[in-house]
Amino acid sequence: MAQKLYITTSPHIHCGDTIERNMRTVIWALAPAFIASVIYFGLGAVIVTATSVASCLFFEWFITRVFLKRPSTLADGSAVITGILLAFNLPSNIPLYMIVMGALVAIGIGKMVFGGLGNNPFNPALVGRVFLLISFPAKMTSWPVPHQMVAYTDAVTGATPLNLIGQIAGGNSAAMDQLPSLKDLFLGNIGGCIGEVSALALLIGLLILLWRKVITWHIPVTILATVAVLTGIMWMINPVLYVNPLYHLCAGGLMLGAIFMATDYVTSPMTATGMVWYGIGIGFLTVVIRYFGSYPEGMSFAILIMNAVTPLINNWCKPKRFGEAVK
Amino acid sequence: MNTFKIGGVHPEPNKLTADRKIETLALPTQAVFPLSQHIGAPAVPCVQKGDTVRVGTRIAEPGGFMSASIHSSVSGQVAKIDSVIDASGLRKPAIFIDVEGDEWEPSIDRSDKLVLQCNRSRDEIIECIKNAGIVGMGGACFPTHVKLCPPKECTIDTLIINAVECEPYLTADHRLMLEHPDEIIIGIKIILKVLGIDRAVIGVESNKPDAISLLQSKTSMVSGIEVMPLKMKYPQGGEKQLIEAVTGRQVPPPPALPANVGCVVQNVGTVFAIYEAVMKNKPLFERIVTVTGKGLKNPCNLKVRMGTPVSQLIEYAGGMPEGTGKLISGGPMMGRPLLDETAPVVKGTSGVLMIPEADAIRREERNCIRCAKCVQACPMGLEPYLLATASERSDWECAEENWIMSCIECGCCQSTCPSRRPLLDWVRLAKNRVGGIIRARNAKK
Repeated sequence: MAQKLYITTSPHIHCGDTIERNMRTVIWALAPAFIASVIYFGLGAVIVTATSVASCLFFEWFITRVFLKRPSTLADGSAVITGILLAFNLPSNIPLYMIVMGALVAIGIGKMVFGGLGNNPFNPALVGRVFLLISFPAKMTSWPVPHQMVAYTDAVTGATPLNLIGQIAGGNSAAMDQLPSLKDLFLGNIGGCIGEVSALALLIGLLILLWRKVITWHIPVTILATVAVLTGIMWMINPVLYVNPLYHLCAGGLMLGAIFMATDYVTSPMTATGMVWYGIGIGFLTVVIRYFGSYPEGMSFAILIMNAVTPLINNWCKPKRFGEAVK
Repeated sequence: MNTFKIGGVHPEPNKLTADRKIETLALPTQAVFPLSQHIGAPAVPCVQKGDTVRVGTRIAEPGGFMSASIHSSVSGQVAKIDSVIDASGLRKPAIFIDVEGDEWEPSIDRSDKLVLQCNRSRDEIIECIKNAGIVGMGGACFPTHVKLCPPKECTIDTLIINAVECEPYLTADHRLMLEHPDEIIIGIKIILKVLGIDRAVIGVESNKPDAISLLQSKTSMVSGIEVMPLKMKYPQGGEKQLIEAVTGRQVPPPPALPANVGCVVQNVGTVFAIYEAVMKNKPLFERIVTVTGKGLKNPCNLKVRMGTPVSQLIEYAGGMPEGTGKLISGGPMMGRPLLDETAPVVKGTSGVLMIPEADAIRREERNCIRCAKCVQACPMGLEPYLLATASERSDWECAEENWIMSCIECGCCQSTCPSRRPLLDWVRLAKNRVGGIIRARNAKK
């Protein structure tokens, strides 16, 4: 024999997909939202995103190489995404040390303590964000108003659409007049976290993810549909207290969460029916927290709670087996 | 256009040899016939060292009900009864015959003339198929006479001809349909007679429009035979997937058979072999083999006598390309790797495929990221990630509860896994163990 032949069992070919390819696509899909954030928040958005990504990469490298003495896993791209998503969930005027702390919690406690990518029960970026939200509630719930291109921590803050929606529901009908137009809300010309403001940019990201078959439609569509239906019912019952469901869809972290956070492979269910239940759960909890909770935004908590339910969903929702119907 | 509903993948078709006419390969100097070329008991030699045999002489008899005869494909002298390493990777007993001349059994009709009229009775036909040593030519090598006698309690209403050839690269069935359509149609009529039914559907994937239109024109005047183009999707050639694509019926999980939903499926190559056996008295001793691979000089479809070493096919196709990393018997999704080129062509050798080293090496395995792509790809509605994990933990109970015995080993899961996990390896292991546990349990009852 002239040539050395490999012996493995079938299949002998692979579609070529890799973790890196999926992560790269997610990063590309996040690009429109990043561009929108730079347009609206300028320097602050760039500083926060860059710091968050750099710290996430550093902590992942440090933990794998120095603590665990394992080969570095930076190349898989998951730390970059955690960094971007963490930044996207922060206001653009948050001080540097808070970002670094958030990144440490996200990567260290959110992911690495469980054994790295694939083993974490909760979305790491959300773990980081919720840690910051609980530790620094004031800083985390005051958002700069858009169009302060060179401002960072000195940016002027103002009420976000969700604050106003909360005030309206609380009986302050005057807040209704301060609500931005739906067009501004859709484009992202509003106050809020860096990556969540522009529904348009996030929807472009959704199309990229669907087109490249990184995710299926189930999770984002069921979340958005559940929120639309529930807030729509409230609106029909009492349009004075409860705003049009379109405001709910475009406001706050709903789009960002539904498209990029809830769809995280590791922490979402494995079957189509499971994904639908998971989406309904997130949508329901989001609306409940928005209307009845003490925080204006419920998306992060809703996703984390449903992350915890995911293993149960995987046990309950089995795929339709071939030949099952005709027993 | 019809197709099966659950899962499936779209590997690159790479049908390099679709336009290459079937060529006849020269005789080997020595032919080797492994005794287990089929599912079931190995055949038992009925010749001895030194015996003279002709082309078509039976050299081994069925070793049981589920077994098949083996016939010599060459004339000459039995050199020895020894062993050879076949596509299973294991050393198996085999008959070696030194080739002298090309003298056929006189009972075989060697003319090209189409025989249209079959005067044999149902039982005579089945006996004839059994004597000819015919097995499923699609690769599974299930003895055909067994498959044509479905359990009495099942009512068969449809014969499905598997002309899907969903494996990438392979074109043997495609060429057979283009070059021998009349024989195939007569073969279908013979099987319909055996089954006592009057409806046959030829399932062909839409990437073979020439075969579809040819067979359609040939069957337009024949009542009861329909050509059904199917939407391309792997593994449509899987028996259960094909039955669903054609009839919409789902075969229940094992031990149920296609006959339970009124179907019998036969590969188009098997149909051709049945025609030759019944109408020409020709036992199964040659077949069409696709010799292919991206770097190959002259990829081709060859008519090969069984027992010919694979090296002779590769030589005809221009020699093994520089940098070949894997030599596969069959297609890239379900084929078996060969240890070297000395392995002989057997009844189930549908193709000889050479894959460059870069594609042959498995990439490093990573953590499961729970992307659910294997769940989406599985045509049986299983959760390969879960079955593989259960297997890794030796949790056979979990594997059985999650329907592992339904796995058809098509490889869709592993070929889509972005973490490059050897999912099917683990599933095969667990399937083997769970199968043993189930058999032991049934034996106790």
